[in-house]
Amino acid sequence: MKHLLDFQAWSKGSLENILETAKVMADVLERPVKKVPALQGYTICTAFFENSTRTRLSFELAARRMSADVITFNSATSSTAKGESLQDTIATLEQMKIDCFIVRHEASGAAHSVNKFSKAKIINAGDGRRAHPTQALLDAYTLLQRFGSLEGLEVAIVGDVRHSRVARSNAELLPKLGAKVRLCAPATLLPKELEGDGVSTTTSLEEAVSGADAVMALRLQLERMNTGYIPSLEEYRSLYQINAKTIQLAKETAIVMHPGPMNRDLEIEGELADSSKSVILEQVKNGVPVRMAVLYHLLVGKG
Amino acid sequence: MKIEIKNARLADDSSRDIRIKNGVIVTTLSGEADVTIDGSRYLVSPALIDPHVHLRVPGQEEKETLETGLSAAVAGGFGSIVCMPNTSPAIDHPELVQKLIRDAEALGLARLFPSAALTVGRNGKHLSDAAALQKAGAVMLTDDGGTNEDAGVLRLALEYAHALGLVVSVHAEDASLRGDGVMNESATSERLGLPGNPVAAEAARIARDLEICALTGSRLHIQHLSSARGLALVRDAKARGLPVTCEVAPHHLTLTDTMLESERFYCDPVLKVAPPLRSATDCAALLEGLRDGTVDCIGTDHAPHTAAEKQHDMKIAPFGIANIEITFPLLYTRFVETGKLELSRLIELMTTGSAKILGWKPPSLEVGSVADISLFDLQSTKTVDSKQFKTKARFDSPWQSEPLRGWAVCTIVRGKIVFDAR
Repeated sequence: MKHLLDFQAWSKGSLENILETAKVMADVLERPVKKVPALQGYTICTAFFENSTRTRLSFELAARRMSADVITFNSATSSTAKGESLQDTIATLEQMKIDCFIVRHEASGAAHSVNKFSKAKIINAGDGRRAHPTQALLDAYTLLQRFGSLEGLEVAIVGDVRHSRVARSNAELLPKLGAKVRLCAPATLLPKELEGDGVSTTTSLEEAVSGADAVMALRLQLERMNTGYIPSLEEYRSLYQINAKTIQLAKETAIVMHPGPMNRDLEIEGELADSSKSVILEQVKNGVPVRMAVLYHLLVGKG
Repeated sequence: MKIEIKNARLADDSSRDIRIKNGVIVTTLSGEADVTIDGSRYLVSPALIDPHVHLRVPGQEEKETLETGLSAAVAGGFGSIVCMPNTSPAIDHPELVQKLIRDAEALGLARLFPSAALTVGRNGKHLSDAAALQKAGAVMLTDDGGTNEDAGVLRLALEYAHALGLVVSVHAEDASLRGDGVMNESATSERLGLPGNPVAAEAARIARDLEICALTGSRLHIQHLSSARGLALVRDAKARGLPVTCEVAPHHLTLTDTMLESERFYCDPVLKVAPPLRSATDCAALLEGLRDGTVDCIGTDHAPHTAAEKQHDMKIAPFGIANIEITFPLLYTRFVETGKLELSRLIELMTTGSAKILGWKPPSLEVGSVADISLFDLQSTKTVDSKQFKTKARFDSPWQSEPLRGWAVCTIVRGKIVFDAR
C-alpha cells in the first residue's frame, strides 16, 4: 500500500499483516537495545497542523526506533500561523527529500489533499472528525492482545461519536477484522448515518454495554455543553459515564479502553481507569509498535 | 455598426435574417452590413440574462473585477447581469450603484444592473434607502449571503419594496439550523465528519418567507433554490397564487454532495457552495422544476474566489463556484442533448424568465427590439478548461475537462459585438 489515509483501500489480509508485524516490533521494544536498522536512510516528517503532543511523540519514537531520520513541522510555531497554505507548506517540506509525511490536521480530507501534491507516502495522524487510522489499529492490536482474535467481539464505543475521528476509524476497521461495533451517545452526538455492516448505534448505555467484550469511552470536549449538544455535565455523567457500576453489564472479561486524554470522573470513572480491567496504558504503549509496523509496511514494502 | 445575421436559426427551429442598426433590430439596413454572420451554423437567441452574479466590486477586486466579470459574462452568452451587493462595502448607497453602472458602461461589455442591499450594510436590521437606490438604477433588493434572520424586518422590507415595484430576493437558509455546516447534511457528511447543513435549513426558511409573502402580498424571489423540499414549498405557494418566483443555479442541477467522497473531489472546497450541493434526488427534482414551470429562471450564482482561498480546507475555504462562462453549454449538453429539457425552455429560463422576475418586458428578436443577441454553437465540442476562463477564478472547476456543446460564439450587446469566438 502506498498510504494510510483511512481503511477504505485496505484489505483484511494487509491489515492483519500490519498487526502481525506490530507483534514483532513489540518484541524488539522489549530488548535492551530497542532499535532496528529497518528505516535507516529514510526521512520522515511529522507535519502537525493541529497540536497533539502524544500522537506526535508516539510516531516520532516509532520512526526513531527503526533508525529513520525524523523532522518535525509544527504549525503553531511556524509559517502556517502566518497564513501559508497546506499545499505551500508541504511543497516546501517536500524539497527536503521527505519519504513519508505523517499528517495531523483539523480539516477532514487534509491527508488526502496532501496526497494530491506530494510524491511521499502519507500517514493520516488524524484529519478533522474523519479518521485516525493508527489509533484504530492500536485499539485493534490491544484487543488482539487480550482476546487472541477480533472475530465476534462486541465493542461498545461510548461518548461524543459525532465529533470523534477515533469512533469513525474504529467503526471502519474493527468490522473488517470480524468485530462488531456499538456506537453509543446522547442522540445529539450520535449520527445514525454511521450505522452499517457490523456497526450499530444506540442512545442507551445499557444496550451498548450489555454483554460487550470491550467498552471504549471517548473524550467529551467540555465545549459541547456550551454549544448545546448536552444539557449538563451532570446529566451526561449520570447517563453515559463508564464506571464500576455500568461495566457490570459487560462480560466479566470485558476490558475498558480510552484513546486519551481522559477527563477523569466525567466520561470515565478515575478508579475504573486505574483498575485491572483498564487497558488504557497498554493502548498508549501499543501505539509505538503499531506505528512502527505501519511505517515498515508503507516504506519498505510487503503488502 | 450594422450587422446582418443571415439565416439565423432560432430556438423554435425556425430561421430568419436579423438586421441590426444603431443598437436596434431593424427591417432593412439601407446599405452594406459592416459584419455579416452566417446564422445557419448557430443557435441565435436574445442575449442571456443572469439575475445572480457576484462581481466582487467594490472591495474584493482580488477575486473579480468589473472587466473580468463582465468579460466572463459575455463569453457565456450573457448580455445583461444583476450583480449582488455583498461587497465591501455593501452596495447600499445610491452613489455606489451609479458608479457601478457608469464603470460598466465605460467597458462596453454586458449591461450591468446592480441589486442593492435590502438593509443598511446587509445587517438585516435597518431598511436601506430603497427609493433612492432604485432611482440610481438598482433593480432588486437583497441581502444575499445574509439570511434575513429578523422576520419582522423582512416583512417591512417586502411591503416597502413592493410599493416601489422593486423585487426582493432572499437567500433562504435558517442560519441557526445551518449552523457551521459546510456541506449537505447526509450520510456523506457524517462519514466525512464534516459539519452538515440540512435541507431543513432551506425548507424552514422558505416556508417562513412564503408566509410573509402571503401576509404582505409582496413580490418575493427565492435565490438559488437547492432542494426538492424547498421546490415543493414554492410549487404549493404558486398554486395558491402567491407572487413568488425562484431561480436555480447550474451547480445544484449538475453536482451532488456525494462527489465530496469521490477520488477526484475528496473533501475539495471547489464543491463548497451556499446553499450546499444536495443529493441526486434533489437534482432530479430541480430539473423537473425547470420543466414544469415551478422554477422561473436560471441564476448562475457565479461566485469567484482566489485560488489560494479555495485551496484552504472545507471549513475555512469560502463558498462559491465560478460558472458563468459554462452555464449555457453545461445545461445544454447535460439536459437538452439528452432530451430531458426542451431547448426553447432552456432559452426561456435564461432570458424571458430572468426578465420576468425583474419586471422587464420579455427580450425579443423582433424588429424594434434592442439588439442584445447571443449565438451559440450547438455542434462543436469543446472541453471545459478553467485556465481559459475570463473570470479571475481560473483554477480547477468541478466541470474541468467535461466535453460540452452549446458554447457561446458571439455576443452582441446594444448592437455591438462584445464577444466573438467564431
